[in-house]
Amino acid sequence: MTPLLEVKNLQTYFFTRRGVTKAVDGVSFSLDKGETLGLVGESGCGKTITGMSIMRLVPQPAGRIMGGQVLFKGDDLLKKSGKEMQHIRGDHISVIFQDPMTSLNPVFTIGDQVGEPIHIHHKLDRRALLERVKEMLSVVRIPNPETRILGYPHQFSGGMRQRIVGAIALIGEPDLVIADEPTTSLDVTIQAQYLRLLKELQARHGLAILFITHDFGIVAKVCDRVAVMYAGRLVEVAEVRELFNHPAHPYTMALLRSVPKLEEQVERLQQIDGQPPILRALPPGCYFVPRCSYAMDQCQAEYPPDVEISKEHRAACWRLVKS
Amino acid sequence: MAEALLEVLGLKKYFPASGGLLRKPQWIKAVDGVSFTIQEGTIFGLVGESGCGKTTIAKTILLEEQPTQGTILWRGQNIFKMRGEALEHYRASTQAVFQDPYSSLNPRMRVGSIVAEPLIVNSFSPGRALPERVSEILAEVGLELEAVNLYPHEFSGGQRQRIAVARALASKPEFIILDEPVSALDVSIRAQIMNLLSDLQSLYKLAFLLIAHNLATVRYMSHRVGVMYLGKLVEVAETEELYNNPLNPYTKALMSAALPSHPDVQREEIILSGEVASPLNPPLGCHFHPRCPQSMPICSELEPELLEICPGHLVACHL
Repeated sequence: MTPLLEVKNLQTYFFTRRGVTKAVDGVSFSLDKGETLGLVGESGCGKTITGMSIMRLVPQPAGRIMGGQVLFKGDDLLKKSGKEMQHIRGDHISVIFQDPMTSLNPVFTIGDQVGEPIHIHHKLDRRALLERVKEMLSVVRIPNPETRILGYPHQFSGGMRQRIVGAIALIGEPDLVIADEPTTSLDVTIQAQYLRLLKELQARHGLAILFITHDFGIVAKVCDRVAVMYAGRLVEVAEVRELFNHPAHPYTMALLRSVPKLEEQVERLQQIDGQPPILRALPPGCYFVPRCSYAMDQCQAEYPPDVEISKEHRAACWRLVKS
Repeated sequence: MAEALLEVLGLKKYFPASGGLLRKPQWIKAVDGVSFTIQEGTIFGLVGESGCGKTTIAKTILLEEQPTQGTILWRGQNIFKMRGEALEHYRASTQAVFQDPYSSLNPRMRVGSIVAEPLIVNSFSPGRALPERVSEILAEVGLELEAVNLYPHEFSGGQRQRIAVARALASKPEFIILDEPVSALDVSIRAQIMNLLSDLQSLYKLAFLLIAHNLATVRYMSHRVGVMYLGKLVEVAETEELYNNPLNPYTKALMSAALPSHPDVQREEIILSGEVASPLNPPLGCHFHPRCPQSMPICSELEPELLEICPGHLVACHL
């Protein structure tokens, strides 16, 4: 069965006066219908730009998709025209961004905004559209949809706004939702409500979700598979339990060990020394070398290949290559 | 037995809310009767979601806000009545590190000046001894000597947070308020800063007030933890006791809602209904009762008091 989404060797670079930033440099992964894939990494690793590249929303003129393929239901999105992409966005693939206050228009009612994707993509009469909007608002658990439909974003709390954003993303019944750190600005208990809602909606509609986050806790809670990014490249991809139980890449291992865990108390956290590299000045070998406790000579000379550890688990590390 | 360093007693801070010209004056009850004690050399963690009042408490301790009611004692002395030398000493002894390493450092000052400032303001180090003290502290927080002449923007987030810590240590304080010290930092850097703070705390026997929303961070660092909801302290206990035996329904919900550290972690799912109420109009009786899965009739009528249920473990709940 062909995956819903297949990203192959995606390359997105940014060209500025200071040089070229290889924000996404040869990233490949796939996503099946009904599955949640976590795209994890720290700030600057390229995860957001990966999501934006799939949607062809890379900031221009500085950003440019240099190569690769983004196969959505077998069709390469990178070859589509602007108009064709407009048909796809909001209807087949939608996005949930991090900050609901900037992704909602303050001067339009939420009824207008939730109805917009349908209004643009389908022909529905006013009454039917209104019904659809009210239905969607109750699905995302906004109380009293009949009255709140006339409300403006500033009249809702942060958690509710994020649910409204979710309603906008899902009303067109897309096949794929790209969620970019949707819960970062939410309180702990509100985040829990929201993640649960997302999973319910996924089960109900058979959605595929590309969940972009820096938080391994979110990965543990909602993802089926995980792809870890570092400085523009994918360093490890695995099924979620496999990643937590048998992380193979030193970066993944170090990251998992350095995070304080609620379930256990440790004497001292194992920290990772140094910092993430500057994308404009990447070394010839593996980017993690300066911070890696396993670095060998070969690691500095050449960037490691992807090594298949098991059927669904691969990582880019010289240690894993059997000579 | 360690001495009580800081005692917050019945602290209330209400902010006036503009209700318009003809409306009755309303009050935002940011902090509504909070009491707790921080012992010398211990770390007190304060957790709670947005609007619970934890940042307002921090500001009051730093004398940036005057209390509406209640008081705060520093080694038995009322901080709001301090003057002259006593006040100077208090200011030098109480420092803070804030969440955002990008806005908490003056971008137009060199690192050397930023770190020296508390010393100059508190008239501690005369002339020549100053640069020595500055290089001493920079080394302690893991920064190189060359940093003195550089500006904040030349450093990464984690390094800037080290500068903020250096500045906080300059006047040899006894107490530091840490307001979300690592949440704005990259995940791979957080452990570095947490370990640094932990090491400095043991070395100098510092007392910390650690304000954070991440329960795991608070567990790792604190000796004692207080949980706040809508201006009130709902539970206080030694860290291990709180995490192993939470008694207040809100505390339990908070722990249940916290993200797991592994996909196989099993937790009792307590999903709260509704939103956090506004501090402008908190529910009558127990502020949490509309969302509480275990609320009883009395909860909407009578506010529960913070009582010691077992030694060292205080809870405000009718259950």
